[in-house]
Amino acid sequence: MRNIIRFIIKYNIVFLFLFFETISFALLVNYNQYHKEVFANSSSTIVAGIMKISGNFSDYFRLKKANEELSRENALLRTQLESNRLTIDTTLTEVPDSLSGYSYIYRQAKVVNNSVNKLQNYITINKGEKHGIKPGMGVITARGLAGVVRHTSANYATVISILNTKLKVSAKLRETNHFGSLEWDGKSPEYVYLNDIPSHAPIHVGDAVVTSGFSAIFPDNILIGVIEGYKLNEGEGFYVIKVKLSTDFRNLTYVEVVEKPDKEEQLELENMTYDD
Amino acid sequence: MIDNLGRYFLGFIGIMAVQVLILNNLNLGGYINPWLYVLFILVLPLEMPNWLLMITGFFTGLIIDIFLNTPGMHASATVFLAFLRPALLRFFGPHDGYESGSLPLPSHLGFGWFFKYTALAVFAHHLFLSTIEAFSLGNFFFTLQKSIFSSLATLITIFIVILFTVKAERKY
Repeated sequence: MRNIIRFIIKYNIVFLFLFFETISFALLVNYNQYHKEVFANSSSTIVAGIMKISGNFSDYFRLKKANEELSRENALLRTQLESNRLTIDTTLTEVPDSLSGYSYIYRQAKVVNNSVNKLQNYITINKGEKHGIKPGMGVITARGLAGVVRHTSANYATVISILNTKLKVSAKLRETNHFGSLEWDGKSPEYVYLNDIPSHAPIHVGDAVVTSGFSAIFPDNILIGVIEGYKLNEGEGFYVIKVKLSTDFRNLTYVEVVEKPDKEEQLELENMTYDD
Repeated sequence: MIDNLGRYFLGFIGIMAVQVLILNNLNLGGYINPWLYVLFILVLPLEMPNWLLMITGFFTGLIIDIFLNTPGMHASATVFLAFLRPALLRFFGPHDGYESGSLPLPSHLGFGWFFKYTALAVFAHHLFLSTIEAFSLGNFFFTLQKSIFSSLATLITIFIVILFTVKAERKY
């Protein structure tokens, strides 16, 4: 304390100078219109600069929430997509509209558990019966296919991942519509295999493989991946096609659960036919 | 110094009157103003303590500001001059210091000394003032030009005033 006082006394002229200059500047920027404006402008420029920097930081912390909102909005938009509406040909027959007017309903969910390194991989999502999730619904991501809902509880649901040797999904080649079934071999989480494509189908590396829409689980033309390589299964006349998945299962975060409201009707009818 | 107080007070009134009543109304070439009032700060006694000098400077500037309706502008420039004055005196002073009782006037320390001292002090004050007036460094060359021409005008008025009062000084 004594040192501070000694310091002030030693440099009293400098302090006095600063003191009077401060008073002068206070007068200057308070009572002169021009100086007031210049001061206000430059101080607001500096303040705005600082606010921008702190805004950049807080934006970063808000990313998580922004992501959730965006994926929810995505789900909503996908539901509203024009191509997703049931097209009713009224000139031929009068078809009663399904409940919602949409052929598929999408619900956004977050992945809470996931694995890629087992033979039977499952995904757990944070939506359950309470949110209308039922076993058998399809699960997709913004980039492709994810799996099928297996079990549900009130708030959660487990999903059989595509990376599960027990799951078979109906898929087709986007170019030619030849369809087959998609299986995982239990090895790399990047590749799955498409079987049962007849040998006369034209196949090129890089062609897209999409969902067929036959199974009433997934809408059609959802991207699964692209052809990485293929070989002809001698004697059977079918290709085995190696497909590179478009979904990266190792960083799965947000998914959408697909519901087809008139799925029961389709299945019932199909069962009736098979039973004959 | 005490007996000189009345003389300085009268000098102050005189300089301020000339500044406010005559020189403030001069506006040479649109932007040149002689600021004679700095002479009062320059001729205060050498023995004057720095803090008193600073206070005097502040209030001198503030009075000019009140008449010109520019609060703070001349006050800050004059405080700056008061802050600078001891350094200037040391810079121009003889090696063994000033004789006691001498005043910073041409009659005491010579015309050459007084000219150098006044020119530098006036220019420093005017440069500070013009910068404060512009309140930005954007148009620095205009600010510099303005302070140079105003300094010349101020120096001319200062020497006119000194010539009229030097005789009076010698009477004492």
